[in-house]
Amino acid sequence: MKIHEYQAKEILRDHGVPVPRGKVADTGEKAREIAGELGGLVVIKAQIHAGGRGKGGGVRLARSPEEAQEVAESILGMQLVTHQTGPEGQTVKRVLVEEGLKIQREYYLGIAIDRDAGKVVFMASREGGVEIERVAAENPELILKEALEPGLGLTPFQARKLAFGLDLPAKLAPAAVRFMLSLYRAFEATDASLAEINPLLLTEDGDLYALDAKINFDDNALYRHPGIRALRDTDEEDPLEVEAGKHGLNYIKLDGNVGCMVNGAGLAMATMDIIKLAGGSPANFLDVGGGATAEQVRNAFGIILTDPNVKAVLINIFGGIMRCDIVARGVVDAARSMQLEVPIVVRLEGTNLEQGREILKASGLSLTVASGMQDAAEKVVRLASRSTT
Amino acid sequence: MSILVDQDTRLVVQGVTGREGTFHTLQCIRYGTQVVAGVTPGKGGTVHEEIPVFNSMERACRETGGNASVIFVPPAVAADAIMEAVDAGVNLVVCITEGIPTLDMIRVRQFMAGKKSRLIGPNCPGIISPGKCKIGIMPGAIHREGTVGVISRSGTLTYEAVQQLSSRGIGQSTCIGIGGDPIIGTSFVDALRLFKDDPGTEAIVLIGEIGGTAEEAAAHYVHSHLSKPVVGFIAGQTAPPGRRMGHAGAIISGGQGTAEEKIRLMEECGLHVARSPADIGETTARVLPGQSS
Repeated sequence: MKIHEYQAKEILRDHGVPVPRGKVADTGEKAREIAGELGGLVVIKAQIHAGGRGKGGGVRLARSPEEAQEVAESILGMQLVTHQTGPEGQTVKRVLVEEGLKIQREYYLGIAIDRDAGKVVFMASREGGVEIERVAAENPELILKEALEPGLGLTPFQARKLAFGLDLPAKLAPAAVRFMLSLYRAFEATDASLAEINPLLLTEDGDLYALDAKINFDDNALYRHPGIRALRDTDEEDPLEVEAGKHGLNYIKLDGNVGCMVNGAGLAMATMDIIKLAGGSPANFLDVGGGATAEQVRNAFGIILTDPNVKAVLINIFGGIMRCDIVARGVVDAARSMQLEVPIVVRLEGTNLEQGREILKASGLSLTVASGMQDAAEKVVRLASRSTT
Repeated sequence: MSILVDQDTRLVVQGVTGREGTFHTLQCIRYGTQVVAGVTPGKGGTVHEEIPVFNSMERACRETGGNASVIFVPPAVAADAIMEAVDAGVNLVVCITEGIPTLDMIRVRQFMAGKKSRLIGPNCPGIISPGKCKIGIMPGAIHREGTVGVISRSGTLTYEAVQQLSSRGIGQSTCIGIGGDPIIGTSFVDALRLFKDDPGTEAIVLIGEIGGTAEEAAAHYVHSHLSKPVVGFIAGQTAPPGRRMGHAGAIISGGQGTAEEKIRLMEECGLHVARSPADIGETTARVLPGQSS
């Protein structure tokens, strides 16, 4: 799960990580008030989940409370387009109003999971303020890494290694170590999957601040962090994907015209692949999960057919232990109750396969029964292109 | 022949009295697996579906000679269940549970270091040696005894591949679902090593996904260590970058772990890559010693 920068900074502040003074505003008026409290130069930052906000015009300076209001009003409500939002952009509903700080130097700190090592890794780099992926690709030696022992976490000596490795002025090392230890505590306490401070700011006055902050959380651990779960902002997510999630369906919209309903994520991806190989284009990824009950199938149809581009639907269910006749009845019941207009191709596999096929054929609905993935993909692509022309 | 599980495996089921646990335990017994005990804390001393239930793994293993466990407990308590099984000294722990927090699994990995138990999963369909032993939720009927080892990150896609093999008369020595989570017990390379040393395995099918670098590591291992033919498939060739497709593993970002890169490397390393998911069986038939296609 992702959260906004202002939420991430509140979590960091609670764990003792120094962040600039600031507050979030959803109106220009409120922004002016906050700017007045802060005094002096302020930074107005659009709060959307996507990165690259600065380049898109979502981060601007204001020299007075009045200017802060003006700037905030111009950012609030705008469709902010960045390299991560897609061409339609994301509506800005809140801005973070922060004290302006004088930059001496920018660094990078990050905490992530190293899957192969099975450990948390703490990273630091002198190359802050830029895309760290680029640094990693071009100058990997500029990213310092410390693998953390489970149970111990970041130790003070590791934090010192990183701090001195950054060539920070020696007198700043204790502050940098405190910063890193606090950041790690925040990461562990919240079951984060990623935490990035980019940039970590060294001010002209010689203080360290988290100037920007990004924290992602492990969805599997949200059950033990109700406070963090409450920070979810569904406005930042695709409404169809949110709706699908409520029904326990895993749905991702794509731009093709063949709707897909599959059980299991791996098989769902493979189904998209074979549609492409058959000359078609998948309209979505959809994993109905293990039990393809009539209700789940109906919910899945509801989601898939909300997309007007869908010209045909492929249902690919490998029942396994689940019986095909039950899946077939679910498909027929759902199709009947919804009066579907697009052609449907059904490929079933599992026990009681023949009975399942009989139920589909006897239904009188325009269901095409396929045998095998290849046959299913060819049939659905043909049907989709026919209804397009 | 087979790896890790066979007719001598004595299975203890953790979470045996739950709905999922009960259903799949009965399926395993029907397949022929020796289920010797179940564990549900607080229900020790009772008998569930003719299976003796114990309060702890330690007690269950000591009294019944259990040497493997399968876990069907909820995600919040699954990491602890894995460690309990390891502590009881079983050779193999198969964790079916989906949704275990990553930091919990990191602690489990640390706990297991230096101990003899092997973990398969979590978030996996389990392991089966056809005709001998089934530990997990896969449909037993699609499998058939033979000489092809199958390793996969996904569930239903593995069934698809197995069915393609079986319907061509190609049996399997052992099929392992290693799981789709970021932190897992047995990697592709671990499983490849076991199949390499198994005289009953003549060829291997490796089914991967976009995201991560596990398939890359597997390809390098095949190149430098294996003389048996290996068939590869990568799901997610059409997936958009930066999106998580169900499995935590299935995400591509920053030019890492794309299907194209994985397929190219697999081919360079001598794997026989099936481009279409419908061609996994046929590709295997082509490379299997003694088969003519």
